[in-house]
Amino acid sequence: MGSALDILEAGRPPRAQFLNFPLGFEAGPYQDKAGQLDVMRQGLTGFETFTEPGIKPLPHSWDAGWQRVKNRERSVQSDDTRSPRNTEPQYQTDEDRQLAEENS
Amino acid sequence: MHPCIISAEHPRNEAEEQSKPMSPVKYIERTRETYDKLGYPPYRWFQAESAPAFTPVTKPLAESRLGMISTAGTYLQGQVAYYYKDDTSIRAIPKDAPTDKIRFSHITENYLVEARQDTGTVFPLQSLSRLEEEGFIGELANEYYSCMGGIYSQNRVVQELIPNLEAVILKQDLDLLLLVPL
Repeated sequence: MGSALDILEAGRPPRAQFLNFPLGFEAGPYQDKAGQLDVMRQGLTGFETFTEPGIKPLPHSWDAGWQRVKNRERSVQSDDTRSPRNTEPQYQTDEDRQLAEENS
Repeated sequence: MHPCIISAEHPRNEAEEQSKPMSPVKYIERTRETYDKLGYPPYRWFQAESAPAFTPVTKPLAESRLGMISTAGTYLQGQVAYYYKDDTSIRAIPKDAPTDKIRFSHITENYLVEARQDTGTVFPLQSLSRLEEEGFIGELANEYYSCMGGIYSQNRVVQELIPNLEAVILKQDLDLLLLVPL
């Protein structure tokens, strides 16, 4: 599965299903369990249909609009949207950090 | 792997936005443009030099055992999160893990805004379980594996990350392995 076609092509995977969605939705649309299930169901059929290496498009189209994607990028102040590179675990929440430290 | 993806991914103008179906986004070209704009040397994307190995599938999906690797920096609450400088470690995520305990730490975390509210957009745990219940998939591995796909060093991917994954995946007695990148 993958949503960056040119990067998939560069990697030359044995079997790949291309889902033409924005990054962050490689397993299906947001808050749409039926849509996610269908993406995965159709994606997995590739195991049975590929007879040679290649990349095939899935039939799903992104119809959720790009405003959501634009909004999340507006929150980034720089053209460089990467987070700083560091060697400290980057927890999603403080509670995650506390629980992990208790377990270690 | 998507070692580095920067710059906007959405259509650049209204005409592009309104065109249906949308053309695939040219991430490599856009990354090159953004690096140039920032004054960085060109990013060296991985380019496979040889044709991929192709192993024919011998069993129907409904009779196969399937595993999954996520590169979204997926971790389970209680586990140590990933760090962002070439972290080549991996995490095991039980297939029956509660979705409200699924977390993500990935250097391009701007792509995870929605996934942190609905983990199924990048980590299809519920979809796979449903397909197993239906009999569409024969059997799922007991655990899935994750890594943090934003590793800049191709050498470290080859020499550390892939062996880390290979060591655990080969013990799972899988017929099929699904890769879901971020």
